[in-house]
Amino acid sequence: MDRRLPPRDGEWIDRGQPIEFRFEGCAYRGFAGDVLSSALWANDVRLLGRSFKYHRPRGIYSLAGHDANVMVEDGSRTNLRGDVLPLAAGLDVRSVNTVGGLERDRLRFMEWFSRFLPVGFYYKAFHSPRRLFPFYENQMRKVAGLGRINPAAVSAPSPKDYAFCDLLVVGAGPSGLAGAIAAAERGLQVLVVDEQPRPGGSLVWQRPDDSDAETILAELLEQIETFDNIELRCGTQAAGWYADHWIALVDQQRLTKLRAKSMLVSAGSFEQPAVFQNNDLPGVMLGSAAQRLIRQFAVKPFDRAVVLAANSDGYEVALDLHDVGIQVVAVIDPRPDGEPTELARHVAEAGIAIHNASAILEAVPASGKKRIRGAVVCKLNARGQPQLDSTTRLDCDGIAMSVGWTPNGGLVYQAGGRFTYAEHVEQLVPLELPAGLFAAGRVNGIFDLEDRIDDGCRAGLAAAAYLGKFHGELHNVATHHTAPPSHPYPILPHAGKKNFVDLDEDLHLADFENAHQEGYDNIELIKRFTTVGMGPTQGKLSNVNAVRILARLNGASINATGTTTSRPFHQPVPISHLAGRRFHPLRRTPIHPWHCQANADMAYAGAWLRPDYYKSGGQSREDCILNEANHVRNHVGLIDVGSLGKLWINGPDAMSFLERIYTGRFRKQAVGRLRYGVACDESGVIIEDGVIARLSDDRFYVTATSSGAAAFHRELQRWAMIWNLDVTLINATGQTAAMNLAGPKSRDVLQKLTDVDLAPTAFPYLSVRAGKVADVRATMMRVGFVGELGFEIHVPASQGLHVWTALMQAGHVAGIQAFGVEAQRLLRLEKGHLIVSQDTDALTNPFEADVDWTIGKDKPFFVGSRSLDILRDKPLTRRLVGLEFQSDARQLPDECHLIIDEGEIAGRITSIAPRSTLGKPIALAYVRPDLAAAGTNVKVRVDDGSLVTAQVASLPFYDPDALRQ
Amino acid sequence: MKSLECPINGPRPLQEFHFGGEVRTMPDSGTISDEQWADYLFNRDGEPAVKREWWYHVPSGTWFVAERDNCSDQFLRTYLYDAEHVDG
Repeated sequence: MDRRLPPRDGEWIDRGQPIEFRFEGCAYRGFAGDVLSSALWANDVRLLGRSFKYHRPRGIYSLAGHDANVMVEDGSRTNLRGDVLPLAAGLDVRSVNTVGGLERDRLRFMEWFSRFLPVGFYYKAFHSPRRLFPFYENQMRKVAGLGRINPAAVSAPSPKDYAFCDLLVVGAGPSGLAGAIAAAERGLQVLVVDEQPRPGGSLVWQRPDDSDAETILAELLEQIETFDNIELRCGTQAAGWYADHWIALVDQQRLTKLRAKSMLVSAGSFEQPAVFQNNDLPGVMLGSAAQRLIRQFAVKPFDRAVVLAANSDGYEVALDLHDVGIQVVAVIDPRPDGEPTELARHVAEAGIAIHNASAILEAVPASGKKRIRGAVVCKLNARGQPQLDSTTRLDCDGIAMSVGWTPNGGLVYQAGGRFTYAEHVEQLVPLELPAGLFAAGRVNGIFDLEDRIDDGCRAGLAAAAYLGKFHGELHNVATHHTAPPSHPYPILPHAGKKNFVDLDEDLHLADFENAHQEGYDNIELIKRFTTVGMGPTQGKLSNVNAVRILARLNGASINATGTTTSRPFHQPVPISHLAGRRFHPLRRTPIHPWHCQANADMAYAGAWLRPDYYKSGGQSREDCILNEANHVRNHVGLIDVGSLGKLWINGPDAMSFLERIYTGRFRKQAVGRLRYGVACDESGVIIEDGVIARLSDDRFYVTATSSGAAAFHRELQRWAMIWNLDVTLINATGQTAAMNLAGPKSRDVLQKLTDVDLAPTAFPYLSVRAGKVADVRATMMRVGFVGELGFEIHVPASQGLHVWTALMQAGHVAGIQAFGVEAQRLLRLEKGHLIVSQDTDALTNPFEADVDWTIGKDKPFFVGSRSLDILRDKPLTRRLVGLEFQSDARQLPDECHLIIDEGEIAGRITSIAPRSTLGKPIALAYVRPDLAAAGTNVKVRVDDGSLVTAQVASLPFYDPDALRQ
Repeated sequence: MKSLECPINGPRPLQEFHFGGEVRTMPDSGTISDEQWADYLFNRDGEPAVKREWWYHVPSGTWFVAERDNCSDQFLRTYLYDAEHVDG
């Protein structure tokens, strides 16, 4: 049966574009502009989904994005809401949350067990006996949850966009459009968003008969068109508010990160359901849903209807239904005196019976509960209680409910606004709005159309005033003056316990009474115990009734009862919209292309990509590393150290600045000399080390660790500012290439490329020289990090590859080989050099790390000096020592494995080399001071739990007399 | 996301900044007791108030001072540090 109405003015469907689609395997036809739910209803399909817990049949309820029980999946996307899913050609969807299909869902019998599944059952059941919990959990996982995730789905990145505006208007209804115009007239850049695909808000589906809503909307939109400074985006939800008006806008395609200077929430209100037996079955829907079906989609909601009306809007619904040829059997009005306006007369004149002081006690299900076939109506006594001895049954296939509204104020809550309950409208209204946030229209409890437009203007001007673009006086808007649009308690008890308060979570009235009886008398507690408002709609249709119920149970006011907090997102947002681009910063040194050609195995060192080692023939990684290290010891090797931090510290105060930063002294450092330096924080913890080269009286070149350079530079900047010293700091890390030529033959190789005299007397250890290398201006430093004769060569990054290649060519005869980070780590370990942040941690001081020799004598001050003065006199708790293992040790520890002494932790490994050029495994470790003497045997706990013996060795392991560097 | 006004670069999103702690003056380490030094090192004043804080705009390398009400989490003003007028 086709339920489509004849063409109507303003309908959203395009009858020229029919669309074939499939639902639960059956083919149907709808039109472009339909949503899935409207197209199915037009095909007389009323069973659209099953509820979460009891698998009850559900149909259209709000048709406004809150029909959480109508969710479908298409194989790649899941949990698509039928009431907002646009119909598209080829759409082929199935209901989620069923076993064996929607019609014959095998879980539909869950309902029979409902009395065994009381509220909070999962908190109580399944906890004993404890050993059975895995079984229970497995069973629960099979029935819990909604859509299925397709593990084969391919991630499709969604675009991200940025936007800026003076005023964001949320909701393109009459008040929002009026506000946008008022603000735009004052020169504000205005962005208007509406989650519906077309603007108009309630003017689209609600047409008070004494106003010309359609003309008013057309005029507002026409005016909007004339402003260049108003942008209107439909199909876009303001999904969340974050600090300083940073708002996430979500549409079908993308996430837009908006920074607004102010925001106007004119998002209208959600119609709220009444609570009576079987109020969830297909055919029971909100009055606004019936109106949306008629006006947006030209679908006839029912054939015979009963309207439950506790406000004027309900009488409008009755007339709307009547106008499209539906037989309206009766209007049931729980108010003792019924509708005070002219509408009552209009309804009566249409031949519709009106029952005042009455309520719907239950909807009568047809067999299978997939439709309804009647409504049981009863009288209410003076206290609003149902008179069960005077019930009447009315035959109908649909019930439309209009009993109240609640403001769509989620964004207001998120932004820090507060609401209060106002009895003149029987709803929450804003009490306090944070700076730059404005509200208008139904959010403010204003329902009269002219008043809403007026309120929008006021709010738009208020936003302009906030931004200094309006200096006039803001007028007051008339408050609501007729009967309240909401009923204070549209909830009836029923012994059948299918009078649902929350359709997302299948919670009925008695669940709340039971929870209250168990002591959950606070809204936040009852929310967590019953899970009300925790389903997909986040309580948009249930929180208000839950608060009303709890308030009555507590005998308290709504304000004293409070509300729960609203958090982003306003409506569900696909995770793909939130996923970033998986972008990670990556730094490559200028020598990178050479490494790739040389078959380097690249590894991350922080953001840097560095050669771990160079693959060679069929050799194992370990063999390659050891070969590279041996080659440096015996011949000559070249390593790219471009990731080293490289800082210039220049200026008249440079020397005294360094004296305050590092533990050492620099006053007597001669030009052309290098010093090793250690820097601490104020508590005396080592934070950096490196060499400090003096190139002239007021120019120093400083190296820092690859990982710490940026933070070190940042702290140096701050200290220079605090001490008000005349120094210039330049972080030259990225603009400088650096390489270390090391090994007995390094001098011969380098000398071929430079005029600088490299003879030991002319260029001694720990010296720096400026000169040319391969015709490139270079800074050369004689360092011994790897324990061999070596030169660190720093050149402009643009020349790095040229100099590297020249060195490799010059070293060809000497058999030069590139070596990677692993070989370098091994070589420095043999030499006993620590790596800050590898062999030190967040508490290591220079005394423990055996670098207290760097602390200058008689220095009045450096960062950390006061703390080191205190620490110097305290007994050490640990010391950094060398460890040697037997070369035939069965198993070797890893870094961070613990040293155990008589069952107690007595230290930890910080660096280990299972193979070294010394022919035995060696390590650096912290040990208790009483274990630190050379020759002491210690035990290390390894992966399998056993203990391996190591012997403390004096450092360095290699070349203790420093004859080679 | 919060917006923070860098005195050099204007309002920028918070993710461009690094927090540097409260602006505190190091006591004269030559004259105070170990206890006073330890108090300076390890104790921070968390009482609700307008705090003067160090902030660093990472892309431009700019340290500056921001006055922030830590109750309302509002930045009240920002300015470059002036060592000669430490009190702002």
